[in-house]
Amino acid sequence: MSITITIDGRKIETEEGCALIDVAADNGIYIPSLCYTRGKPCLGTCRVCSTRVNGNVVASCTVTAQDGMMVEVDEPEVAEMRKLLVEALFSEGHHNCPSCEKSGRCELQAVAYEVEMTASPFPYRFPKRERNVEADHIFLERDRCIFCQRCVEQVRDEETGQAIFAIHGRGTTAQIEIDVELANKLSLEQVHEAAALCPVGCILEKGVGFDDPMGKRKFDVKSLRKRVLEGETS
Amino acid sequence: MTLDATDNGPKDGPVEIFSHELPAKQLDPELRKARDAKVQIATISLCGCWGCNLSLLDTDEALVDLLSKVHITRSSFTDIKRIPGRIAVGLIEGGVANDENIETLEHFREHCDILIATGACAIWGGVPATRNLHGLEPCLREAYVDSPTRPAQSPPVVPHHPDIPKLTNKVYPVHEVVKIDVSIPGCPPDGRTMFKVIDDLLSGRGFSMPADYNRFD
Repeated sequence: MSITITIDGRKIETEEGCALIDVAADNGIYIPSLCYTRGKPCLGTCRVCSTRVNGNVVASCTVTAQDGMMVEVDEPEVAEMRKLLVEALFSEGHHNCPSCEKSGRCELQAVAYEVEMTASPFPYRFPKRERNVEADHIFLERDRCIFCQRCVEQVRDEETGQAIFAIHGRGTTAQIEIDVELANKLSLEQVHEAAALCPVGCILEKGVGFDDPMGKRKFDVKSLRKRVLEGETS
Repeated sequence: MTLDATDNGPKDGPVEIFSHELPAKQLDPELRKARDAKVQIATISLCGCWGCNLSLLDTDEALVDLLSKVHITRSSFTDIKRIPGRIAVGLIEGGVANDENIETLEHFREHCDILIATGACAIWGGVPATRNLHGLEPCLREAYVDSPTRPAQSPPVVPHHPDIPKLTNKVYPVHEVVKIDVSIPGCPPDGRTMFKVIDDLLSGRGFSMPADYNRFD
């Protein structure tokens, strides 16, 4: 059913039940996100897509468009909130962009540019989480994980459907774990997909490093904003 | 200028004379007046590699234009060791890794109207901050005691002397030590980005870092 919602004062016609973040993108309004992938089930973990809907702050990947909805995206307070969420992620993990293989292809970095982050106001924690190199084709750089759970939900063993990745522990002791036996059964194509869906440099393909030079990397060539607005899914 | 070092250090300690206190030839009054009329800028590297300062030099001919508006006082480019007066814009490169860095940073904060943190080291610690993952003691042990390149006969000694700055336990971003007004990320930041920020501030446009200028690597 066709409905009308208002985003930043603009009336937008859409279908009822579409995810708000997709409706916005289809109408040229970029809402940053680190866990949501178009066409995949909503995870709602990162909250970076927070907007104000009918006066309440919600993650816009978790709500569907309803008739008469009033949405504020480009409003200073809620924009600052999104920026602070990204800045908190930078101080919570160890995000050393100059030495990271994912730099230029990293969604966390690209989103930080979009929210115009320069320095995190939070104390940097420098967490020490041991990396796991046991799998044949995967490096797990744990201190870069932002716990988005994309890999937990979307990377599965083809035969049994079992999850390969899981988050163990809670709070400051939480860390990403890998089932090495199942991970070794993944095809190279699946490993490539797993590394690509990780929004940070946590899941890395062994044997692949700084393959593209600066200026020719994924988000150097076309920004994340452009990709999202054009409906690209990976 | 006279040689007067009576105010420096404890009375019974060694007499210290700073280079800026030594007699120097005075500038031509006209040149001094022209320089004083410009916007005063100072730069420094704390625990950094001077790469951000080099990046500013990489603006090439844009620097000539910039120098028509600004006068660089304390900086590695001028080899002036003290800030002579009030400064409009101070550029800080590098993180805080020892007590001398803290002193220098506070000296800059005291004398600068706008303090800019440039580069990854100033913003979150950068390469030197990788020692935060291990702690100071294991790092010094690895470097001086268990180092494979230490001559076998030499005693295992971690260098220490009153003249050597004391290392802080962790490497800190500059904004955790003093108030920072503007940060320019990058390792090093692009010359054009640094130029844009300085130019914006000089022209009264305020600070902005659009996505196509921002870069963390």
